Amino acid sequence: MRALLPYPLLALGLAVMWLLLSGFSRGQAVLAVLAAIAATHAFSALGEVSPRIRRWLAIPELFGIVLWDILVSNIAVARIILFDRPRRPGFVTVPLRTRNPSALAILAIIITATPGTAWFDYSAARNEVLIHVLALDDEEHWKRLIADRYERLLLEIFR
Amino acid sequence: MMMDFANVPLWAAIVAAAFFVIGAGLTLLGTIGLATFPSFYARIHAPTLGSSWGAGGMVMGSMIVFSAASGRPVLHDILIGIFATVTTPVTLMMLGRASLYRDRSEGNPEVPPAPEAAANEPALAGEGGDAP
Repeated sequence: MRALLPYPLLALGLAVMWLLLSGFSRGQAVLAVLAAIAATHAFSALGEVSPRIRRWLAIPELFGIVLWDILVSNIAVARIILFDRPRRPGFVTVPLRTRNPSALAILAIIITATPGTAWFDYSAARNEVLIHVLALDDEEHWKRLIADRYERLLLEIFR
Repeated sequence: MMMDFANVPLWAAIVAAAFFVIGAGLTLLGTIGLATFPSFYARIHAPTLGSSWGAGGMVMGSMIVFSAASGRPVLHDILIGIFATVTTPVTLMMLGRASLYRDRSEGNPEVPPAPEAAANEPALAGEGGDAP
């Protein structure tokens, strides 16, 4: 199975993308599967290891939490833009527990996609990430938010 | 595929219009913040409004209008949202790290020193001296 499909998740994503773009029909489904398999074999030349998912159920939970948090932060940042100047923006160094590359990549996407926080620098030696926060009232609050709300679920999802 | 926008029912048009106004409004606010915030690091947060729910609102509105007009679900717009979200960190980190590097070498007090600098001071000082 691994030899035929070295990256099952990537292949699935590519096939779904193909069908969304070309419209669903039996012929397009065959093409989508062939293209996905060919593309994932080409990708395996890069030597990346396919991520292993340990707990699938945590994925929709994380997705829902992130969508909600992005909505709330949109309103918070819009309010800062409209009504007051940025309150004490600043940097926070957040210690991380996970070293899984997929978990780190998703954490970077979450932090960047959420208005008001931006991922700046990651130190692999110390496993720390430097983030910039627009309203840095309480450093501990942001450290706890990342560790308990996002990283906890990422640790459950990836082994 | 035939598109007849007269077929779009009123409720769908109202819902889609609401999404468009929210998306466009958030994007506008983001650009206002980009222009008015005082520093680079504060500014970098403002356009996120446009790239998150700003883009999201317009993608939602577009999917509703085209699904209603063509009478079948049109979902491919969501790929715009997915790819925009997944690729933003790459540009952000490039801009952010370039700015950090510059501010650190200029000794700007706004940015924290490089974590390795504290642990390994002499090596980094030597490296800084060799830089053109």
